[in-house]
Amino acid sequence: MASKKTNQNKATEENANSRRDFIKKSGLLTALALTPPSLVMASENKWDEKIAEYLETVPLSIEVNGKKHNLNIEPRTTLLDLLREQLQLTGTKKGCDHGQCGACTVHINGTRVLSCLTLATMQQNAQVTTIEGLSKGKKLHPMQEAFIKHDGFQCGYCTPGQIMSGIACIKEGHANSREEIREYMSGNICRCGAYHNIVDAITEVKEGGMLS
Amino acid sequence: MKNFQIIKALSASSAVSNISKESSAMFIAGGTNLVDLMKKNIATPDKLVDITALDLKKIEFLSGKVSIGALAKNSQVAEDPSIKEKHPLLALALAAGASQQIRHMATVGGNMLQRTRCSYFYNPDMPCNKRVPKSGCGAIGGSNRMAAIFGASESCIAVHPSDMCVALAALDATVLVEGPKGKRQIKFTDFHRLPGNTPEKDNTLLDKELITSVEIPDNNFNKNVHYLKVRDRSSYAFALVSVAVALDIQNNKINSARLAMGGVAHKPWRLTEAEEFLKGKTVSENTFRQAANLAMKGAKSYGDNDFKLTLGPNAIVEALTIASSK
Repeated sequence: MASKKTNQNKATEENANSRRDFIKKSGLLTALALTPPSLVMASENKWDEKIAEYLETVPLSIEVNGKKHNLNIEPRTTLLDLLREQLQLTGTKKGCDHGQCGACTVHINGTRVLSCLTLATMQQNAQVTTIEGLSKGKKLHPMQEAFIKHDGFQCGYCTPGQIMSGIACIKEGHANSREEIREYMSGNICRCGAYHNIVDAITEVKEGGMLS
Repeated sequence: MKNFQIIKALSASSAVSNISKESSAMFIAGGTNLVDLMKKNIATPDKLVDITALDLKKIEFLSGKVSIGALAKNSQVAEDPSIKEKHPLLALALAAGASQQIRHMATVGGNMLQRTRCSYFYNPDMPCNKRVPKSGCGAIGGSNRMAAIFGASESCIAVHPSDMCVALAALDATVLVEGPKGKRQIKFTDFHRLPGNTPEKDNTLLDKELITSVEIPDNNFNKNVHYLKVRDRSSYAFALVSVAVALDIQNNKINSARLAMGGVAHKPWRLTEAEEFLKGKTVSENTFRQAANLAMKGAKSYGDNDFKLTLGPNAIVEALTIASSK
């Protein structure tokens, strides 16, 4: 049981955590657990949380929308949860959380992927772009403008994913016809059924050469 | 999701030795299926070995064959100009699978290892011999619209969900693997297996073996090919039935044919008898219908999937017709 709790540090082969470190850490936890007054004090000062955090998390350097972050995360943290829960970037939506709806689509190093199926710890030094990273100051991205102009949404929940996917769809060269756009946008589900207008928006951005 | 330790491997041999140290360790690459299975506590590894840094991403055209690295992304292979030219059937099958976001993440090796999408496998409240051996099969006598019509057993009627694998089975590919006991090759059609009494085993990989690449021998199937995928919506859904066809046609005569089906069995289902029948025949709908009837010999349905007995042969005829008219 102890090994499950503690052996969770991501390590490259060069600097794998030694067994000695593990024993030291688990010893510390045991000592805390056996000393109720300390535990209470630790709890009041949030030490136990800090210790738990130290034991169960791994370091991650990641760049999101041009801003570098040095974080400690649990290995099981998905990129989606990292963005929403730790970086407070709630523009990226959690729809199904199982890779079936596309609401969580973001760009990693310029490629569109599903953040709900991406383990954040596997994105060391990656450059992530989310819906929050598209506008320049108050000037919206052309795809955002086009979605507004063409009414490319109703409830708006799928929209951040649709916009991230739509931009990638053009950059990949898969927006040459309405049929092709529909096929290459098929990973983004819209429950309101705004598909026709979404295709209009993407078509306008593509034909206007608005993505350089 | 249960928490776990994760280690980044820097070579195939160290990946294998790392995974051998812990019984519940698993390799991870694209993660599109594994992360999902971990969220549902269907896969519960204590340790993941991240293999994404391994040098297994290349597509190399060698003498007499193409070698595709196990870590090549599905979209990378589907859009490779030389793959599209020399093995268009593979490109078509890949493009028919999943969504572009998932194709950007998913690897060739991972695609081969994806688990069934049978709803009983994904529902821990239901029996499933594949998820929990000896717990029973909920799909037999249950909701089984997606289920197999070939090669199923009393233990399991699930199907393998891949599109890519259907094309690779048709194209006589070979799988290269590396394990604790060294390297070996597996014929693609022998890689996935039928359920029998051990449906928990999807394939013939030995414990802790790592797929390193897939090789396709050169062929003449660069024109008259088609991948027909019939599904509940026009894109981004698993196949009810799919058919991969590759024909070598000269002067309206079929020199050789390759045929495989998806969505009908626990593995990509190669139609060798129909292939033999088509060899030397002249292109005609009647010939195609006869081939389809041969292919359906031994098919058995389970209620909700009875329609596959009609859809199957019709899909074969349609795929052959489209391929031969290209």
